[in-house]
Amino acid sequence: MESYFALVIGAIFINNIMLAKFLGSCPFLGVSKKMDTAIGMGAAVVFVLTLAGTITWVVDRYVLVPFGLGYIQTLAFILVIATLVQFVELFLRKAIPALYKSLGIFLPLITTNCAVLGTAIINIQEELDLLETILFSLASAIGFGLALVLFAGIRERFEISRIPKPLEGTGIGLVTAGLLAISFFAFKGMI
Amino acid sequence: MTTLVREFTKGLWDEIPLFRIVLGLCPALAVTTSLENGLGMGLSATFVLICSNGLISALRNIIPDEVRVACYIVVIAAFVVCVEMVTKAYFFALSESLGIFIPLIVVNCIILGRAEAFARKNGVLASLADGLGMGLGFTLALVIVGTIREFLGAGTLGLIFGDTVFLSRPFGFLQQAPGAFLTLGLLLGAMNLLGKLGKKEA
Repeated sequence: MESYFALVIGAIFINNIMLAKFLGSCPFLGVSKKMDTAIGMGAAVVFVLTLAGTITWVVDRYVLVPFGLGYIQTLAFILVIATLVQFVELFLRKAIPALYKSLGIFLPLITTNCAVLGTAIINIQEELDLLETILFSLASAIGFGLALVLFAGIRERFEISRIPKPLEGTGIGLVTAGLLAISFFAFKGMI
Repeated sequence: MTTLVREFTKGLWDEIPLFRIVLGLCPALAVTTSLENGLGMGLSATFVLICSNGLISALRNIIPDEVRVACYIVVIAAFVVCVEMVTKAYFFALSESLGIFIPLIVVNCIILGRAEAFARKNGVLASLADGLGMGLGFTLALVIVGTIREFLGAGTLGLIFGDTVFLSRPFGFLQQAPGAFLTLGLLLGAMNLLGKLGKKEA
């Protein structure tokens, strides 16, 4: 039980997928200009990443490994993720239109979010079992969402602050992300 | 001929990925702890970019528009698998230090971005030139970031000077995650400043 707890806390705070492992930097900087979009993207990632992590684990264990196809892992995983995203999109549009409307535009973007493929590969590399995979994927996604929402909160204030001209836009964004990453260092002593 | 040269050189300065259009951030932040890693990553991405650009451009009239992104991803993923196998076989140390970021070349936005923005509409030769230029531009950017972080953060430049230590008390902070963000952020600022000065003179 304790090890599961450590896994979750570690994935959210200490090895935060965005601030410590740099996975998913493009959407992190791309959709963090407004709080609403950040929350929408965060929710979409939590949803897809947990599903994708679990499904790729199953595919790896029951299809790729038995048939000795480990070498096309990358190709297989990206296909699974792309199909899954399409499927989720279709399903949500029919079943839960309200959620589809709020997540809509972010779903296709998730295919190329390296946090998703990255977590799927880490799950396999670390040789996690199924329950650990689900927990780790969920926790990583929550960590990503947390970083995204915190960052959006800071970024909204840029509009009223005076920023040196050359640093406007992405430059100051990266510097801020750096400071945010430093503050996450404080969690290092927790486990 | 002149247009080919133009397609090649635009990736090196005018539209240098990473600095101008901020794409491909994940590898740029993660593997640039040293010059060697930056160079390795850059060259791997360049190889994939050239091959995928060429093949996608050659197939551009066959690939149906509706499923084009899926097709691009399959093409890119196939080349990435090649790179993965070659680095594991011949550059084992490099493949260990780049680790998960080699398979992640698949989702590097630059490669998909060039397929969508360029290779889809242009001939094979132009696409190859574009891929080479963009790839080398990306490599150049990674090398710059990697050099700064290795020199100031660890005090060495392993690839060129071996074990020589330049700084006895380096800023170890730059080797860590926050240092990557700060270095890249300040570099972007410096690029903007330079760009502005250049414009004034011209």
